[in-house]
Amino acid sequence: MRANVWSGRNTVQVENVPDPKILNSRDAIVRITSTAICGSDLHLYDGYVPTMKKGDILGHEFMGEITDVGKDVQTLQVGDRVVVPFPIACGTCNQCQAEMYSCCENSNPNAGLAEKMFGHPICGIYGYSHLTGGYAGGQAEAARVPFADVGPLKIENGLPDESVLFLSDIFPTGYMGADMCNISPGDVIAVWGAGPVGQFAIASARMLGAERVIAIDKYDYRLRMALTRAGATEAINFDEQPDVVEQLKEMTGGRGPDACIDAVGMEADHGHGAVHAYDRVKQAARLETDRPHAIREAIMACRSGGVISIMGAYGGFMDKFPIGPLMQRSLTVRTGQCHVQRYMRPLLQRIQNGEIDPSFVVTHRLQLNDTPEGYEKFKHKRDDCVKVVLKP
Amino acid sequence: MHEYKLARFLGWFSLALGAPQLARPDLVNRLIGARDDRESRFWQRAVGVREVAAWAGILSRRRPAGWLWARVAGDVKDLALLGAAFRGKRESSPRLAAATASVAGVTALDLYTAVRLSRHADSTTEEEHKGMKVKASITVRQPLAEVFVVWENIENLPIFMEHVESVRPTGNGRSHWTAKGPAGRSVEWEAEVIAVTPNEIIEWRSVEGSDVENSGTVRFTPAPGLRGTEVHLEIEYDAPGGKLGEAVAKLLGEDPAQQVKDDLRRFKQVMETGEIVRSDATPEGTGARKFTKQRPAQPLEEPEPALVGGRTS
Repeated sequence: MRANVWSGRNTVQVENVPDPKILNSRDAIVRITSTAICGSDLHLYDGYVPTMKKGDILGHEFMGEITDVGKDVQTLQVGDRVVVPFPIACGTCNQCQAEMYSCCENSNPNAGLAEKMFGHPICGIYGYSHLTGGYAGGQAEAARVPFADVGPLKIENGLPDESVLFLSDIFPTGYMGADMCNISPGDVIAVWGAGPVGQFAIASARMLGAERVIAIDKYDYRLRMALTRAGATEAINFDEQPDVVEQLKEMTGGRGPDACIDAVGMEADHGHGAVHAYDRVKQAARLETDRPHAIREAIMACRSGGVISIMGAYGGFMDKFPIGPLMQRSLTVRTGQCHVQRYMRPLLQRIQNGEIDPSFVVTHRLQLNDTPEGYEKFKHKRDDCVKVVLKP
Repeated sequence: MHEYKLARFLGWFSLALGAPQLARPDLVNRLIGARDDRESRFWQRAVGVREVAAWAGILSRRRPAGWLWARVAGDVKDLALLGAAFRGKRESSPRLAAATASVAGVTALDLYTAVRLSRHADSTTEEEHKGMKVKASITVRQPLAEVFVVWENIENLPIFMEHVESVRPTGNGRSHWTAKGPAGRSVEWEAEVIAVTPNEIIEWRSVEGSDVENSGTVRFTPAPGLRGTEVHLEIEYDAPGGKLGEAVAKLLGEDPAQQVKDDLRRFKQVMETGEIVRSDATPEGTGARKFTKQRPAQPLEEPEPALVGGRTS
């Protein structure tokens, strides 16, 4: 089959690779009908996530049709149409039983490696470095899906691929970002990053009853999408208004937002200034893995007693983390790789009810063979790129 | 103990070498007469990092033997790099020859100190404890009795103990063990259970004259709040080939402490999900195999029949 493989920093290419096979009795094989490039794929592409190997197939947002099942899969049949959640989860360990699927204790065969990096291991993830198990990803014509009796969500109502594909990651991820803010009436939520996850965090915050949602980014086309499609009430372009914290105070009568969502992660962009240069250099020299600009701003801006909800992906360690403001002002940090299995059913219901059509984020549709072009466009925000969907 | 003084000297020597290699690899290249290009500067810097690490390691540790052995390994690598530099040059270079001679001299000194330190370390640790002790624990979401019974029937252990090939009960609490040793060697021994308290603890030891002398205990306790069962495993053993065998095993990526942890993870997988969990990069499942030896995350050409499908329990 054809698949998009990582072959070094800033290089991916579509190659012929062997077809996926059943390795465990609870596996299924999915013929992929739609897949996508995630913002977190860019961290792998840029080489900021350790334990990538040449030849790793990327991609963790995919859906398709079941073509084979292992002998212990009772819940799915050949021909079923499914969306596959990105965390691989066994469903039976203590974490899965507590619906903390991305903390699954059994699905990461490289648990020892992950434990060294993170203290305790996290779940397996498709196409997302060997720290998360070394599973082949879904930017391919087909993929093996372990624990197929737990993860995949059956789609039975003829909704088009683009309306349900993002249940695999970015819609639940944005939703969890808003869910963790404990939104109550009158709340003002600020969202750093108007990429795909940011768009869904904004839309979800509105669905959960936020009074106002402020989108923060430096690309006007993304802020426009946030305002016109996702439901943001205001926007800050930090390229034009660099003092975001001051701006947010001004917009909230000095209180600061009730909750701040970081939908940016480890490659935060400041655009200018000495602090940004400092972090760029440290990250490039591998003295820190993560650039902390967005999270620093979120902490400084948040109202006392508010919530910092981190959905942007971070990989390791950062410097100059404002622990003092966090402690002194009674802030709460909530975060985690999304527990997609917990959210995908209720969110499918919202799609069916017509409350939201997630396909609004799609700006580019490419053939699988053109995946490398998709990475370049997405990375450099060319051609007003927000979300690339690939068709195998 | 003059070997300790020698070790400290070699530690500072490491820094004296490493710092200029890191700061000005170009000057060092010129000094030793090697070609000065991007590749050789990269290697100078890499060696510099190692030297500085050796300095920090030797001086900050109570027992610097391990770092001295690392220096020996580094010396061998340096000799290889210098050999490569020789090949890269068309005419002979007296400077390169001088550099090689100095490294060879240092190698001898490192080796001498490492051996002396290891002997010394052996003689003191012998009194503290015999051999090597590894510990690991894990929580399994199953009732205690069901967890205990798997360990009580020791022929089950190879299902999740990656290096154990077979355990055959031979009667009277005794059993015959076959395992994969370091570097593909196979090792065998006889073991006897010396105490069992049902649902609490199993203790065993190898019988006298075994290839691999070992003893251990596995303890079971209920985890609080219906979280299942805690398994605490402790193994003490003399590695085949003594300290050297142990060092070689570590170099091959077979860290005993990690092995025991991974075996318990495999046990948990079998108990909670029904089988050993496999990915494309690790088709053999969780193991102590180093990342560098893993396959890329893409499907296998043809999976081995043993890996496919069926439940292993």
